[in-house]
Amino acid sequence: MSTDVVDKDKRRFLTAATSVVGAVGAGFVCVPFIASWMPSERAKNAGAPVEADISKLEEGRMMIVEWQSKPVWIVRRSQQMLDSLPKLNDNLRDPNSDISDQQPEYAQNEFRSRKPEILVLIGICTHLGCSPTYRPDIAPADLGDDWLGGFFCPCHSSKFDMAGRVYSGVPAPTNLPVPPHYYLTENTILVGEEGEAA
Amino acid sequence: MGKIIGWIDDRFPLMKMWNEHLAEYYAPKNFNFWYYFGSLALLVLVIQIVSGIFLAMHYKPDAELAFASVEYIMRDVPYGWLIRYIHSTGATAFFVVVYLHMLRGLMYGSYKKPRELIWLFGMFIYLCLMAEAFMGYLLPWGQMSYWGAQVIISLFGAIPVIGDDLTLWIRGDFVISDATLNRFYSLHIVALPLVLIFLVIAHILALHEVGSNNPDGVEIKKNKDANGIPLDGIPFHPYYTVKDIVGVAVFLFFFATVMFYFPDGGGYLLEHANFVASDPLKTPEHIVPVWYFTPFYAILRAVPDKLLGVGAMGAAIILLFFMPWIDRCKVKSIRYRSIIYKINLGVFIVSFVVLGWLAMQHVTTTITLLSQLFSILYFGFFIVLYITSKNEQTKPVPDRVTE
Repeated sequence: MSTDVVDKDKRRFLTAATSVVGAVGAGFVCVPFIASWMPSERAKNAGAPVEADISKLEEGRMMIVEWQSKPVWIVRRSQQMLDSLPKLNDNLRDPNSDISDQQPEYAQNEFRSRKPEILVLIGICTHLGCSPTYRPDIAPADLGDDWLGGFFCPCHSSKFDMAGRVYSGVPAPTNLPVPPHYYLTENTILVGEEGEAA
Repeated sequence: MGKIIGWIDDRFPLMKMWNEHLAEYYAPKNFNFWYYFGSLALLVLVIQIVSGIFLAMHYKPDAELAFASVEYIMRDVPYGWLIRYIHSTGATAFFVVVYLHMLRGLMYGSYKKPRELIWLFGMFIYLCLMAEAFMGYLLPWGQMSYWGAQVIISLFGAIPVIGDDLTLWIRGDFVISDATLNRFYSLHIVALPLVLIFLVIAHILALHEVGSNNPDGVEIKKNKDANGIPLDGIPFHPYYTVKDIVGVAVFLFFFATVMFYFPDGGGYLLEHANFVASDPLKTPEHIVPVWYFTPFYAILRAVPDKLLGVGAMGAAIILLFFMPWIDRCKVKSIRYRSIIYKINLGVFIVSFVVLGWLAMQHVTTTITLLSQLFSILYFGFFIVLYITSKNEQTKPVPDRVTE
């Protein structure tokens, strides 16, 4: 134990090595605390599919169902609304729905829907998560003469057309997402599942 | 009495601390009106902690119960309405006082060498205060609580690659939910107040290490008498403790007026939409943050791009951290600086206030254009300051403080 010479390099090395190991250990201790903030098993299981009965949905009207605590819009579009869609292509950021995350494959078409007239969307703005307002009226005073109907976000004025496609020059970056869904019968939609034949 | 203090002093540095920070802390003798807001900020912190402790005794951090428990506090708890209004008025008072305190720092160059760390601690206090206010605002679980939190948390979603996972992690669910409410409650009443108190102590210790600046921006420690006491300094206690009590009286007069007569501030302090329970399916028509966040919100709204908008909003706050290095002028006080600096600071203050107002308006093309203009002016302050401060035409600074 008693040596006259203190090996300072060795002492410094051992102190540093111990500290590093301790710091790594402290890092690992953080893991459970940080991980505890992720969605719990209960939260993960909560997103069960919901059924929507659209038999009473009139032309041009929108209904809202709740899926995974998010508003899901179902709109029965009129022929006039469908006709207006191609006219807007030049004003849109992603007119052909090329960003494939925003809709299932079966909705990656001109109308962004399984059936042309029935539009199903998650009603959460892709900008900062507000729920946009349904504005089917054509050329209202506040939205301008070239408004052909669609969805307007009151928070930061993002605009979407009657297929949930985002206008260019607004803060929202992408089209409104289409949730997985399929038709159980002619007038019932199951939101939250892809169905057998996608 | 002396014996008791002596007994304590042998075991704990009581008189030493008293002298260092009050009785023998020499502050410049020329403090003016602007020097009230530091001690007032400390007072508001105490008010918030005390009223918050009592609110926590009646509030339920549960998505099913939260909204009703706030109504319970307002209607059924004896003096619950008063305690809640103290806390909500206190939140606004905190930001009023802190903004004026920061403006004082800008006017008299209090962030400059050797006070850079005081400024940085102060900026972290401000950041912490914003987090504290934001999380506290979720707790009443009204419509504005819910959608305000939805928007602010979504801001993190703009960060490339990790954004979506980060927002999921903050919320603890796929939407704002009970999990979010519960963790915000914990952060609001335990974690952030602890950080805040630690930062306030660091802020004051750093201040007392280098000494206070003053309206002339003269270092009083340069001129000391034979005993090493600054010639232009007076002991903080009793001189400034007594002066600050006058400030406290006036402040409490305004505080009580708002609290008793305008507790909701016409919808600006407690927003009308927040008297409706939160509804995840419907966003309120007109969504705005509480007034103290509006200038940054206007900058966010002015930029028609998600990532750039969030980036600009963040930059508007982060740039303030770098004031000690952006401002390269050696002269501290606005009294001896050039007309360019005075105009520049004036434009900055005006654009901050106007941006705050713009964010509360319904979006129209004109409002967006104005927001963009004033956002440019806001950022212009830092650019103009950096360029002009290097070789600024300043007036001669006196050797001793004036007045």
